[in-house]
Amino acid sequence: MPDLGPVLLSLHLAAVTTVILLMIGVPLAYWLATTKTGLKPVVEAVTALPLVLPPTVIGFYLLILMNPSAPMGGAWVSMTGGSLSFSFAGLVFASVIYSLPFMVQPLQSAFEAVGRGPMEVAATLGASKLDAIWNVLLPQSARGILTACVLTFAHTIGEFGVVLMVGGNIPDRTRVISIAIYEHVESVEYAEAHILSAGLLIFSFVTLIGVYALNRSYRLRVS
Amino acid sequence: MSADRLSLDIALARKTFSLNVRETLVLDGVTAVFGPSGSGKTTLLRAIAGLESGAEGSICFAETVWRDSAEGNFVPAHQRAVAYVFQDARLFSHLDVRGNLDFAAKRARKAGRAPNVDGAVEAFGIQGLQDRRADSLSGGESRRVALARAVLSCPDLMLLDEPLTGLDRAARREILPFLKRLPEQSACPILYVSHDLEEVAALASRIVVMREGQVLANGPIGEVGRSLDLGPLSEGAGPASLIEVQVTRIDTDGGLMALDAGGEVLRLPAAPGTQEGDRLRLFIDARDVAIAVERPGPMSIRNILPAQVGRIVSSDTAADALVDLFFGGEMISAQITRQALSELQLETGQQVFALMKSVRLAGDFR
Repeated sequence: MPDLGPVLLSLHLAAVTTVILLMIGVPLAYWLATTKTGLKPVVEAVTALPLVLPPTVIGFYLLILMNPSAPMGGAWVSMTGGSLSFSFAGLVFASVIYSLPFMVQPLQSAFEAVGRGPMEVAATLGASKLDAIWNVLLPQSARGILTACVLTFAHTIGEFGVVLMVGGNIPDRTRVISIAIYEHVESVEYAEAHILSAGLLIFSFVTLIGVYALNRSYRLRVS
Repeated sequence: MSADRLSLDIALARKTFSLNVRETLVLDGVTAVFGPSGSGKTTLLRAIAGLESGAEGSICFAETVWRDSAEGNFVPAHQRAVAYVFQDARLFSHLDVRGNLDFAAKRARKAGRAPNVDGAVEAFGIQGLQDRRADSLSGGESRRVALARAVLSCPDLMLLDEPLTGLDRAARREILPFLKRLPEQSACPILYVSHDLEEVAALASRIVVMREGQVLANGPIGEVGRSLDLGPLSEGAGPASLIEVQVTRIDTDGGLMALDAGGEVLRLPAAPGTQEGDRLRLFIDARDVAIAVERPGPMSIRNILPAQVGRIVSSDTAADALVDLFFGGEMISAQITRQALSELQLETGQQVFALMKSVRLAGDFR
């Protein structure tokens, strides 16, 4: 029986990351889908950066940010008493950054597909903006929201480079599936590596089939 | 229902189009906003609804200021107590028909009225549709649901943007009676955008005529029709005229009714349910009006009136010319060939006879 620790940790990390990103992604994607300011392409580019940058670049800067001597890392230490780097919280923070486009882009596409029409109807029937977003825009974007969550979850489980740089390899705290596989291969434990790799392969394949079957129109635009 | 006033002083500039309206509209029953495509009707309606935040100037409805850009005042659409019926119905696709109606009823403005969902369902004939998904409805059905939904939001003003557009004749005939009953259902004034003169004639009592982003005329439909040739502004129907008449006598034997049109008598097949004294609107296609210089001999055309030639519009590029004819304070347009115009040597002020081959009640949509 292989060690289930990395599997549970990966699932935990992906779940927490998806929930946090959903709360950040909905307002951000709504703003991107509706704004007319010149700031939009800048924000879109920042959002898409994790898609094109090597994980080492993101990981490197995140390490610097999280260092206890840096402002953010220091603030975390004084609040919690522990270091942000090489911790589960640090992994969540890193995952939120590198999975951002996988949440925001499908959401933005979904909101743009709904368009202004239904929101205008809601307004002329007396619905405030929040009311209209909650009761019209989000229900009409349901498939896009599901797609975004599934992609974010799957991508978070699959990430390796950033996790290795920011989290290291601490059992039950930062040793997620991809790290565990790496270590098994390094130690020539091919049987264990096979179990985890095949599991991840099947999981990713089934997830993507689900996403594409769910809707063909919310694919990522950059990747 | 007393008349509400809508004071507009709106300027809105787009790349290829600008809207400039400074007008006070008296809203009583149905007021048509009429003009050709691109004349700014929909933009005006959207500005009134609060859907055009770029509109400068002021909008004031029944003592309530909705927009005053000088004071930086902009009441958002959802606080304006308007209901907007869009051209394409725009039902919520994630809800069934009942869900669409409930959405409006839950957010109804309680201006002394309470939304009555069952009543609206019955009034707009949507019993049996309530569990249907919005995207499974026919064009006519979805327009009826959209009308019911708008009524259920209990607005102080209803804005209708060409609710018959894109429907075939059968569906238009299906919707028209519901539109005619809309004022009593909604218990509020209605602004109705249309580019179809016949639709306007069938539904509205007042009219706002627009062209190129400006208001040309505004007032009771009969008055505006006398001073302004509405025909050329109408699309779809071609040049046509609109006159108001009163039923003076109904001849049950011949099945005809006699109508008083500015002192002259017209005869038409009696419409079912019409009574003596009723006021009706007639729709006369300019192609159905012929001109004779002398009173013609015995013939099949029943409606022949002495008239005076008014304005004559002809251009070298068109085969047809448009001639305005006045009789007893009313005006109708006749479309004749330029060849006929020159052979008859028609001139403004000349006495002629107008032969009306076909006259019909507005809104028959035959």
